[in-house]
Amino acid sequence: MNALTYESPGSVDEAVKLLAAAGSDAKILAGGTDLLVQLRMGMIKPALIVDVKNISETTVIKEESGGYRVGSAVSGAELGEHDGMNNTWPGVVEALELIGSTQIQGRASMGGNLCNASPAADAVPAMIPADAVCTIAGPDGRREARVEDIVTGPGQTSLKAGEMVVDFYFPPRPARSGDAYLRFIPRTEMDIAVVGAGISLTLDEAGVCSAARVALGAVAATQLVVEDGAAALIGSTLDDAALEKLDAAARAACRPIDDKRGTIEYRTKVAGVLARRAAKIAQQRAEG
Amino acid sequence: MAKIHVSTTVNGEPTEFLCEPQQTLLDVLRDELRLTGSKEGCATGDCGACSVTLYGRLICSCLALGAEAEGHEIETIEGMADGDSFHPLQQKFLEHAALQCGICTPGFLVAAKSLLERNSDPSETEVRYWLAGNLCRCTGYDKIIRAVLECAADMRGA
Repeated sequence: MNALTYESPGSVDEAVKLLAAAGSDAKILAGGTDLLVQLRMGMIKPALIVDVKNISETTVIKEESGGYRVGSAVSGAELGEHDGMNNTWPGVVEALELIGSTQIQGRASMGGNLCNASPAADAVPAMIPADAVCTIAGPDGRREARVEDIVTGPGQTSLKAGEMVVDFYFPPRPARSGDAYLRFIPRTEMDIAVVGAGISLTLDEAGVCSAARVALGAVAATQLVVEDGAAALIGSTLDDAALEKLDAAARAACRPIDDKRGTIEYRTKVAGVLARRAAKIAQQRAEG
Repeated sequence: MAKIHVSTTVNGEPTEFLCEPQQTLLDVLRDELRLTGSKEGCATGDCGACSVTLYGRLICSCLALGAEAEGHEIETIEGMADGDSFHPLQQKFLEHAALQCGICTPGFLVAAKSLLERNSDPSETEVRYWLAGNLCRCTGYDKIIRAVLECAADMRGA
């Protein structure tokens, strides 16, 4: 059995060096709400845990060029207390805040939610419509990637050995923009998504949708970008006909599994309903 | 394998301990510091019996490593009473019989204290959602919720 080592570097460069040296034997610790459960259950046996919470870049939220840069290890509780993110990207904030209890919110982060790569992750289908861009640091330097390009399958990401997500950039919002995330669970709290739907949109002065992004969670092996759903909204006032097209596009995109949380038929139906409802909430927020 | 030396503050007292890398904060509190008020229920962050605050945030101590406490402040149930005087929440839990077997009680008290520090006048819904990560298999929750709401009202009036 490998002995476990714990490190808490003070910079991204140090963290990357540690990660690169340990290769696949290393795990990153942000909030630990997934990692420590996996460790405890023996699902993972890392030789090195790199705690990234002593790095300022991964733990702060800052305004930048009219948008916000959010550290990958910022907790749900901290994000929920940030006025700028609440005002600009309420759908992203509500998605992260849906994860777990108050105790989990004290620790769980967007970086962890993304890199844990669960098909049912709540933050991810809200970050995708927001066009959030990840900064990724690795042995070869830094690169940027869109959130939708990170998760490649359950528990699998496109991150290379030694790479870590440093932060997420949420771009500035045009006037009359809004976003929303809805998920369905059989109770009101403390459960894993049966379906999640995230929508971001912008309206013109006449209230016609000029831009939209639609994503679904928990209905395929990865989060889905529903381009036909966005196309259904663009050019409309989100009238019944447009919402019916969105509903149909969401259902058509679904490739869910049958499990104890929901059947294929049920998840597909709910995906359409949630997409419609999220679109209406995003519209109301855009109208301000 | 060398143990990790951690300097921290527990309930206001500067505290040092040695821990293994994989030891959780809960393990350290109970096994190294002998603060056995925090309980292990599920060990997966579902039940809240191990609730403490770390850097002012309510967390499950089973989902943090002991090593993460370096340089931070920890508050546990042992820091709640003032000497022999109960915290008002502890008193209210007794008056309302808001505990039976008692395993969940330290976690509920720590979580409720954290709520009232942020929100002195929570609605019943807010109390129920804030405490949704604390499970109790005895009381049916209602007595706990009543105790927290009445305590909040008393503390506002004080």
